[in-house]
Amino acid sequence: MLDKQLEKELQRFALEIRIGAVEEFKARGFGHVGGSLSVADALAVLYGAVMKYDPKNPKMEDRDKLVCSKGHAGPSVYAALGLKGFFPYEEIKTLNQPGTNFPSHCDRQKTPGVDMTTGSLGQGTSLAVGMAMGDKLKGRDSRTFLIVGDGESDEGQVWEAAMFTAAKKVTNLVWLIDNNKKQLDGYTKDILDSGDLREKFEAFGFEAVRIDGNDIAQLYDVLTKKAEDKPIAVILDTVKGKGVKEVEETMGNHSMNVPAETYDKWLGELRAELAALA
Amino acid sequence: MKVVYNGEKDRAFKEVLGETIPRLAEEDKDVIYLDADLMGCIGTAKWAAANPDRAINCGIAEANMMGIAAGMSAVGFKPIVHTFGPFASRRCFDQIFLSGAYAGNSVTVIGTDPGVCAAFNGGTHMPFEDMALYRAIPGAYVFDITDAAMLESVLEQCKDMEGIKYIRVGRKNNMKMYEEGMKAEIGKGIVVKEYGTDAVVFACGIMVAMAVEAAEILKKEGIQITVVDMFTVKPLDEELVEKYAKAAGAVVTAENHNKIGGLYSAVTEVLSKKCPTPVEYVAVEDVFGEVGPQDYLEKQFGLTPEHIVEKVKAAIARK
Ligand SMILES: Cc1ncc(C[n+]2csc(CCOP(=O)(O)OP(=O)(O)O)c2C)c(N)n1
Ligand SMILES: [Mg+2]
Repeated sequence: MLDKQLEKELQRFALEIRIGAVEEFKARGFGHVGGSLSVADALAVLYGAVMKYDPKNPKMEDRDKLVCSKGHAGPSVYAALGLKGFFPYEEIKTLNQPGTNFPSHCDRQKTPGVDMTTGSLGQGTSLAVGMAMGDKLKGRDSRTFLIVGDGESDEGQVWEAAMFTAAKKVTNLVWLIDNNKKQLDGYTKDILDSGDLREKFEAFGFEAVRIDGNDIAQLYDVLTKKAEDKPIAVILDTVKGKGVKEVEETMGNHSMNVPAETYDKWLGELRAELAALA
Repeated sequence: MKVVYNGEKDRAFKEVLGETIPRLAEEDKDVIYLDADLMGCIGTAKWAAANPDRAINCGIAEANMMGIAAGMSAVGFKPIVHTFGPFASRRCFDQIFLSGAYAGNSVTVIGTDPGVCAAFNGGTHMPFEDMALYRAIPGAYVFDITDAAMLESVLEQCKDMEGIKYIRVGRKNNMKMYEEGMKAEIGKGIVVKEYGTDAVVFACGIMVAMAVEAAEILKKEGIQITVVDMFTVKPLDEELVEKYAKAAGAVVTAENHNKIGGLYSAVTEVLSKKCPTPVEYVAVEDVFGEVGPQDYLEKQFGLTPEHIVEKVKAAIARK
């Protein structure tokens, strides 16, 4: 169980990640706002309390690893890594500028702390399976956390990787599905209805649970649990754009381009929330 | 063909796609449009929502989409498929190759944001190899689109053509090159500027306007060149290539693509056999894409009028 002190710390960290991501979007003017904000809480729990890593030694072999297969959530990943000291925080504001180390989509060859290159949806899943299985074969005590989009789960590769994970008992891989109900063209249920994702993963051989993916305590409980016989899949019920009211309420919030004043307004709201949590 | 280039931007391709795809489907009941969660990016979403039997959102599953399109072709449809260039080529290549071409099915594929046009989506989304892949499919057509009028014309023709037709085109606007209503003759190059035969530049896509700009710069320096728009990269207009290569004796190719497998390859394949000629290229030097504004990327990868000028001089020096 998560104690109140740590819970508050992680809630603050999640807010700081959101602030960081919005600062990045503000500096560039636009970006993948909705899908970056929906995973901020999961990232906060992972980098704030669950994962084993060393910011001074980002390639440490037996670290836990993160594959953000929905690579367009890079801005939140960068904020989390920057806040944890993998590089000077201010650098994240070069998002998508010429020559930047912080591109739209995660790139392991550019950003210290980014464990895998992603951006072509679906591909991060198999990569994560390979990393986790490889770590296991090398005898390392490390886990890989995989974040997959709900729209991304349209890709057949996702299900090939899922079947493999369960069949080969890759139990040091934890699947997190960011079930924010939307993809680029609209609601996932209208575009390609994936039905009940929890049941699907269970049928594939996972221990599949469904939680409020924007709730720190629930995230902490499942992510600190180690898998036994079956790999764990967590359906994160989240809100696309979570944490910024105006974004949550915007239907087309996948990629947004708003004036600097709007970003400032969002930042003001997030900072006020952060202050209230002091 | 009337060339109306005056250095001004054209209508956005997104607008053309958003109008033309619905229009073609309305004119021809066999046309069916499939997309992979990127309808919103080419302005077809609203029409698609109102016409669920004519427009199918396949979700983010490009390989499946290509297979479905090929299957629909087998039962009498004329599928038009869209996704971003890398996902319309690499992500579903075997499905296009086998389910599409090898099985004798016909699909029109639109791959948007070719090469540096992918700009802020960065390296994962920046195809410098899509033409190489499609060129390697027996019988496939490969088009790199120059402007809005050409896009409309090519799309109109492709829907009724047999085989695999790959159209690479931006979503924003290129420079306006041709008069509205022009008919782009498939498989024929278009001479867009003919100052002289000191050299000939074969260009495609965003590089056509840059080649015209280069021709103007060179003219001021007393070098007279010809610029040919090779929008059909496959099948290449071999006669025209040979004719101008013979006349000029110095050739430059210009493309928003890897130097391997695209226009430079196509032109040199013809010339090496039919009329060996010094050829220089402006193309991406076998490297991956990266993120940034398109104008920055154009400079980064040497896709500029100035670079064409330099290569023209280099080609002439080799005569
Ligand atoms: C293979 C592939 N196809 C298409 C895209 C373009 N694209 C980027 S994000 C996106 C929607 C993703 O939806 P989802 O996975 O639900 O992400 P989220 O809602 O978390 O932003 C699309 C279609 C891509 N990046 N990769
Ligand atoms: Mg989603």
